[in-house]
Amino acid sequence: MKRNWLAYSYLGWMIVFTVVPLFLILYYSLTIQTGTGLRFTLEQYQRLYNPVYFKVLGLSIELALISTLICLLIGYPLAMILASKNLSKKNTLILLFVLPMWMNFLLRTYAWMTLLERNGLINTFIASLSLPKLHLMYNNTAVILGMVYNFLPFMVLPIYSVLTKIEPHIIEAAEDLGADNWIVFRRVLFPLSLPGVFSGITMVFLPAVTTFVISRLLGGGQFTLLGNLIEQQFLYVGDWNFGSAISIILMLLVLLGMSFTSRYEQEQKGGGLW
Amino acid sequence: MVKKLLQKFYVGLIFFFLYAPIVVLIVFSFNNSKSRGHWDGFTLKWYLELLQDRQILMALYYTLAVAILSSLIATFLGVIAAIGIHNLNKLQRKIFLNLTYLPVVNPDIVTGISLMILFIFFSQFTNLKLGFLTLLLAHITFNVPYVILSVLPKLKQLNSNLYEAALDLGAPPFYALRKVILPEILPGVITGAILAFTLSLDDFVVSFFTTGSGVSNLSIAIYSMARRGINPKINALSTLMFIVVLLLLLLVNYRTSKENSAKENLI
Repeated sequence: MKRNWLAYSYLGWMIVFTVVPLFLILYYSLTIQTGTGLRFTLEQYQRLYNPVYFKVLGLSIELALISTLICLLIGYPLAMILASKNLSKKNTLILLFVLPMWMNFLLRTYAWMTLLERNGLINTFIASLSLPKLHLMYNNTAVILGMVYNFLPFMVLPIYSVLTKIEPHIIEAAEDLGADNWIVFRRVLFPLSLPGVFSGITMVFLPAVTTFVISRLLGGGQFTLLGNLIEQQFLYVGDWNFGSAISIILMLLVLLGMSFTSRYEQEQKGGGLW
Repeated sequence: MVKKLLQKFYVGLIFFFLYAPIVVLIVFSFNNSKSRGHWDGFTLKWYLELLQDRQILMALYYTLAVAILSSLIATFLGVIAAIGIHNLNKLQRKIFLNLTYLPVVNPDIVTGISLMILFIFFSQFTNLKLGFLTLLLAHITFNVPYVILSVLPKLKQLNSNLYEAALDLGAPPFYALRKVILPEILPGVITGAILAFTLSLDDFVVSFFTTGSGVSNLSIAIYSMARRGINPKINALSTLMFIVVLLLLLLVNYRTSKENSAKENLI
């Protein structure tokens, strides 16, 4: 039986709610509101060609890259340890590890605000040692901390799920052939885990480069990433055309990032969560 | 031996990093003083205030309503779409799959504002206003792909003769679909539905842009509270949510470990 109409009704939904909205963004990014009506122009993109926005773009990418790197450096050893444990304990550890992730992501960011703020716990502690209070919030470090805290599971879980699927015999074989621990890791384990690593890098970098919440709450108002810029243009400035142009740039950036890593990714995305 | 100890220390350190903020929230949700600096005796007043906060209760209601409705509708749409896509030829299927991946890979801030533009565009011709309906439509939109992507593998595993055998035995197509195919793909359907539900529950960015005044979910309520400054009511809310999530996860874990041991006993 032909059941194509089922697929086409879905196609209708997707066109209305995914394709058309994206074309609307593209349309806005290419137009400008003038007194006499709309005019097609590349002005919005030319406006982006400005040192101020280059700085925003550079900072967004820089912070996302640093967070991704820290997640990888912290997360890889953790994934290795989790993958090596015996089964009963492993389940509990994994459960404990994903538990914070299931809490609302804003609540987790808020939790850091309570620790880092001027009269927060860390500063109270420091003050009780009669040391001067520190400015822990509203800077790059706080934003990176928030990103690492929120996105670490997205790095660990894909690596973990790839590591658990590696045949133990392969490692035994390498050891039998005289490889020490370091060589086993460098020549066997790590190359085999690369799909997980790349999928982890994608899953941390992409949300990190597009976030505006973490930078808003932990970075404060004076501090802008691409996401904040888009939010500002749409909700406060009301310049949809310019906001759309930044969105298009952000989309291209993400697609570029995906194209680097997608060939290493496995078919099953984000496995290990369920 | 040293290595084992080192590993334990490392895992402990990371778990400290993960849990320290949450523990602080929980402890200070019982603090009598509004300041987070010092402990001023045990109280439950923040919980009482939370339970009387109309804004938060409404947000909770909207969160659950949107999550339940959007996951149900997205599951229904997704299953239909997956069955349809499964029956397409190779080229068409590729196009449809790429289309399905589009909202998954798209940054959620772009999804959010693009839907906002769409809804405001619609509102010029109809009396559609940003609010519950637009929030629901947005959630369905970002949920459907996840349902499809969980159901499709199950359809691939399905023996295609099964459906034809049912037809040969005289079952009308819809009956065969309901009685033969659906039970076979049910695990994928349930996974998709749960995934959609949790995504909807946790969403902030898309909701933030697609809802109107008066209708906000928990994430939006927390965002505006957090921006305005510290309020111990959020601590109480966090504590309650943490406990609920913990209980749910323990329940799921208990069930799966029971299933696993049952399977082991069978072997």
